[in-house]
Amino acid sequence: MSTDTSLDWQIATVTSVHDESPRVKSFRFDLPKENYLSAGQYFDVRLTAPDGYQTRRSYSITSSPESRKSIELAIELIAGGEVSSYFHEVVQPGDKIEVQGPIGGYFTWDPSQTEPILLIAGGTGIAPLVSMLRHRQSSPTKAPTVLMVSARTEPDLLFRKELQLMEEEDLNFDSIVTLTRKMPKNWLIENVRENRRIDLKMIETAINRLGESPSSAYVCGGTGFVESIGNHLLEIGMAYTDILTERFGP
Amino acid sequence: MINNRFFGKRRPDAPRPIPPGQYQEDGFPVLSAGPTPKVDTATWEFTIDIKGSTVASWSWDALNALPQTDIHTDIHCVTKWSKLDTDWCGVTIDTLLKDAGIDPPAGFAMAGCDGGYTTNIPVADIVDGKGMLVHTFDGQPLAPEHGGPVRLLIPHLYLWKSAKWVRNLRFMDQDAPGFWEGYGYHMYGDPWREQRYSND
Repeated sequence: MSTDTSLDWQIATVTSVHDESPRVKSFRFDLPKENYLSAGQYFDVRLTAPDGYQTRRSYSITSSPESRKSIELAIELIAGGEVSSYFHEVVQPGDKIEVQGPIGGYFTWDPSQTEPILLIAGGTGIAPLVSMLRHRQSSPTKAPTVLMVSARTEPDLLFRKELQLMEEEDLNFDSIVTLTRKMPKNWLIENVRENRRIDLKMIETAINRLGESPSSAYVCGGTGFVESIGNHLLEIGMAYTDILTERFGP
Repeated sequence: MINNRFFGKRRPDAPRPIPPGQYQEDGFPVLSAGPTPKVDTATWEFTIDIKGSTVASWSWDALNALPQTDIHTDIHCVTKWSKLDTDWCGVTIDTLLKDAGIDPPAGFAMAGCDGGYTTNIPVADIVDGKGMLVHTFDGQPLAPEHGGPVRLLIPHLYLWKSAKWVRNLRFMDQDAPGFWEGYGYHMYGDPWREQRYSND
């Protein structure tokens, strides 16, 4: 449980912006003070117009919590989204942005948890899971982990090269990637690739790869995605409180 | 701090102001810490506990046999969306207490739910028509992902106080944090004062 209540607004400086996919950019922020983070947490950003109008949104931290004065947030461009379009179209390195965080203490993973885990991401739902995986990679103990990723098309797969490298270097980490719409030629040649929505059978395959039952599952994605995966995990007998979820979107 | 090139997309058709930092959402997003639990109305029961003992309980049929109240209201989620003009039907906490012959105790209440979720509310914020158990949204049975069969509805507080899959109200003399309150969310949660996190 987080007992740190220092959730004052901080004025962060954008230090880099880069494309993760046609619709997602990563923004790195320098923070004015050290922040004690857990993998899976998020930050709020607040934008204020010259006439005083304010709005705010939450974005998952993708960087490892070991980096305390600098965080990375992945922001997807949403059609008509006033905050995401400002980030995608206006924000540049050097800009100042008000942020508040870290927020959320439940959907978090700590490397001292060495029991096997299942991570399941739909689309940009991979963001908090990437923070967990980056944290895991730099820790001496590596919990057996299988990551399931569902994206629409190949260009929508986020952090792909980094995750592939992690997988090559680490025998305790496996992934299954599925594309729900267009798949490239020869996509299914590798047996870790699928071309359908994540279903019960695919989850069973992931658990076989894990070699034992997961002690917890972290599921992040759109509402429909998380609802369906949550039901499958209950169906295979996982305990309700071992399934941690983060949903987004209407 | 002003973001000079930010103008925002204010809705010209907004019928009335919404709380600070919120945006108007036409959909009905789902935010829950876990999966949607399977709840069977055949065995469903709602209980009220005072000083460690259950003083009243209602089955699904008993709840539906009580006087029903319609409410038209706006709801505000701490994740920044507000949904205007929502219609709900259910039973007010006043009606439950009256049916049980209980005077509302002073102090606080902890709502308990299927799946283990909890949230704390001052008793004053759920009596006098301010809080109810709802089973119907927009004329339809409340969908499981939105808390069906029965959730709490306390529309003047952030929606995490309107506990989904609610099964129990436990009255307490002293305030105590529920699930999200224990993770740094505000003990009270007034959207108009933007009480999102513990030190807001």
